[in-house]
Amino acid sequence: MSNHSAANPTRLVQVRTKILKQNDVAARRLRQRFRDHNVFVVSLVSSPGSGKTMFLEQTLASMRQRGHRVAALVGDLATENDAARLARAEVPVRQITTGTVCHLEAEMVENALDGWTLEELDYLFIENVGNLVCPATYDLGESLRLVLFSTTEGEDKPLKYPTIFNTADIAVITKMDLAEVVEFDAVTAHKHIHAVRPGMDILEVSAKSGTQMERWFHRLETQRNASMTDPT
Amino acid sequence: MSIIDIACEESRTRGDARVIAVHLKIGRMSGVVSEALLSAFELAREDTLLAAAELKIEDMPVRVHCPQCGCEQLADSIQCLCCSVCGTLSPEITQGCELEVVAMELEPMEVV
Ligand SMILES: [Zn+2]
Repeated sequence: MSNHSAANPTRLVQVRTKILKQNDVAARRLRQRFRDHNVFVVSLVSSPGSGKTMFLEQTLASMRQRGHRVAALVGDLATENDAARLARAEVPVRQITTGTVCHLEAEMVENALDGWTLEELDYLFIENVGNLVCPATYDLGESLRLVLFSTTEGEDKPLKYPTIFNTADIAVITKMDLAEVVEFDAVTAHKHIHAVRPGMDILEVSAKSGTQMERWFHRLETQRNASMTDPT
Repeated sequence: MSIIDIACEESRTRGDARVIAVHLKIGRMSGVVSEALLSAFELAREDTLLAAAELKIEDMPVRVHCPQCGCEQLADSIQCLCCSVCGTLSPEITQGCELEVVAMELEPMEVV
């Protein structure tokens, strides 16, 4: 095929194709694998010190007690070790040491799964490195993404990190037992969350909150059931 | 690198035309930094149909649909998704997440 025109050899052609980043390709692969084995995958992102590890610890222990097969992957910078703490929940936990990388990537998750039999899992929880910026653009193949922040971090957290709130499905406000002491304004916090992500589901939890955690476990169960019957 | 894949495939379907330039749209909320992309492209394009190609990047600022103004407006910044005209928080992003190849400049190979 040669439509060579000496007068105007250069042609401009319209393409309009979305670029897939390397991570997106790995994330697609992961998502398919999780789906094939009916593993419901939840990722958690937050700033350091938000109470994410405690929330996850409670979730792992309770979900195990409810008869589910659960496991966790924990992204830690070289200096941290949340995995050891999570092992107290008596479920399989693996650490992904990211070194100086401030977020998890899909390929790190793939490598960490090596040797695990996905058929033996109902739920996999992935705790990301404490950071609200970089994880936003890295799909990990998860079905549900939680963004957590504590009452001590203030109501404007969503406005400071709109991108991560935009990519997440549920906002979890932790340390509600401290709300009064730090004069946390829950109404304003909800308003900010819904400003960056309309209709976003919000959980308010504390070390001793029972009802909201029950609602969370129930949601996990119904959503996993729904995803298993969903033909797409 | 998938920009190369997209462009090479496009070029092949058009008779292995030489790629002079690839036009991209990159949104400020896409998470991709143009400078990093440009340097990665420099390395990846070698020995491909894109060896002489240039990346032309159109930077896409964030726009939102403002419920107050009732129309699309430029957002303040990626840190504050509010209407730059009236200040209303506007979560409905209409522009700024793009990461796409929009066009290519092609030159047919010399017919020997
Ligand atoms: Zn406005």
